[in-house]
Amino acid sequence: MVTTTSQHISQQFENELQDIRSRVLAMGGLVEQQVHDAMDALITGDTEKARNVIALDEDVNSLELSIDEECIQIIALRQPTAGDLRLVSGILKTITDLERIGDESTRIAKMAINLSEKDRPKHNYRELQTMGNHVRGILRDALDAFARLDVNVALSVAKQDREVDAEYEAILRQLMTYMMEDSRAVTRVIDMMWSARSLERIGDHANNICEHIIYLVEGKDVRHLSLEKVEKIINGEPIDD
Amino acid sequence: MEAAKSQKQNARNIDIESMQRGPRVSLANETVCLEVKNFNLFYGEKQALHGINMQIPKNRVTAFIGPSGCGKSTLLRCFNRMNDLVDTVRMNGELLMEGMEINSPSVNVADLRCQVGMVFQKPNPFPKSIYENVAYGLRLQGINDRATLDKVVEKSLKGAALWDEVKDRLNESAMGLSGGQQQRLVIARAIAIEPEVLLLDEPASALDPLSTLKIEELIYELKDKYTIVIVTHNMQQAARVSDYTAFMYMGELIEFDATDELFTKPSKKQTEDYITGRYG
Repeated sequence: MVTTTSQHISQQFENELQDIRSRVLAMGGLVEQQVHDAMDALITGDTEKARNVIALDEDVNSLELSIDEECIQIIALRQPTAGDLRLVSGILKTITDLERIGDESTRIAKMAINLSEKDRPKHNYRELQTMGNHVRGILRDALDAFARLDVNVALSVAKQDREVDAEYEAILRQLMTYMMEDSRAVTRVIDMMWSARSLERIGDHANNICEHIIYLVEGKDVRHLSLEKVEKIINGEPIDD
Repeated sequence: MEAAKSQKQNARNIDIESMQRGPRVSLANETVCLEVKNFNLFYGEKQALHGINMQIPKNRVTAFIGPSGCGKSTLLRCFNRMNDLVDTVRMNGELLMEGMEINSPSVNVADLRCQVGMVFQKPNPFPKSIYENVAYGLRLQGINDRATLDKVVEKSLKGAALWDEVKDRLNESAMGLSGGQQQRLVIARAIAIEPEVLLLDEPASALDPLSTLKIEELIYELKDKYTIVIVTHNMQQAARVSDYTAFMYMGELIEFDATDELFTKPSKKQTEDYITGRYG
């Protein structure tokens, strides 16, 4: 289990691990900002904000590269084992998911710019707003779980992601009705569909991050397992195949 | 289910099964070679080993790791009764090799050491020719037939991955070999008498990285024929060469598990702290 109580004999190694952890959190903060601003831009039609989101993506990308490089350095020079190795490999995967969340936010920002040129519906994309808030909550919890290496928070994210998936299905059905009702709305609705799709993907990436957290804390690989099994594994209960 | 699976493979012509990692080793599926039961050892008043229980599997490499003074070399030395040479040593508990009590008075120590060979940290070739070094054990057993000796020397040197380097100078002194070559010569000497078990006490710690890799490669090749127990301070080495790893601390066996498991997800915090370089 990853512990924070005992220190490495090599203070430098300790610092390096602390450093990549805090940089992942910084990257997470940036990405959170992107999701927030992209949704804001979509709802309010603020194109300035949308362009900011797109610009921010460069920072996210360069953070991904530098954290990646530092992880490779640590593997080459320190040969980490056990919890340290799981931390480094977990971080390598986590930053890939974070970077993709950044990409999805950029996509939403682009849709926001497209939609800003079109008539706004009177309910102002309420359904996307609700789903967006939900997804932002999930992402915040995932980053929180990473900061505190808290498996239970990670598990709660997996549960919430199921709800987001259901919301996505509902929005798709609703948007299809719009298209059938008024064919002039098709281009707008397609942009909305892409945005909903991106939000759903962000939820999935947050869920992936939580799987990495469970692995790095518990040493148990819970990818591609049902929620029920993951819960049992975390509680140390036997699972039957 | 089965049908669906094979269809999926055929469609892409990829055999998924064969690409999965092979079965991991598991202590439950092994034949036991050396068995330690409730074993205690004292140097005078000081207890050096506390209630050790472990089963070392046959034809596998088992590594002992732990900080200096944790008892790993002491335990290793028990397997061929090297501790008999220390006056103040007292032991109790059982120490079995394929069911036979190693410390039983009926065991002939010389015979035991033929079955349990040992290699030390510093290469210790005899000041004789390369050939005579390897033939030494056989000559002790009274085998002096030249043809037999030639055969065994060649086989052992090949087994120790040294043959190609020394075949043209078998009659030169072993002292002229490099450290890495000397260590492989010592291993050749140990396997010439075909032991069951090879005990390696820090076999590569006095060698440069390339010689170390050769020794590790050799260990990997030898495990088909021998049960190998290795003590090492180099954890990466333990991780590379061994199938099983035992972590010892202050004379106790803390954790004994498949090396894969122990180095990625140890179950004890003490093990985790040690292998990740933390102080508890």
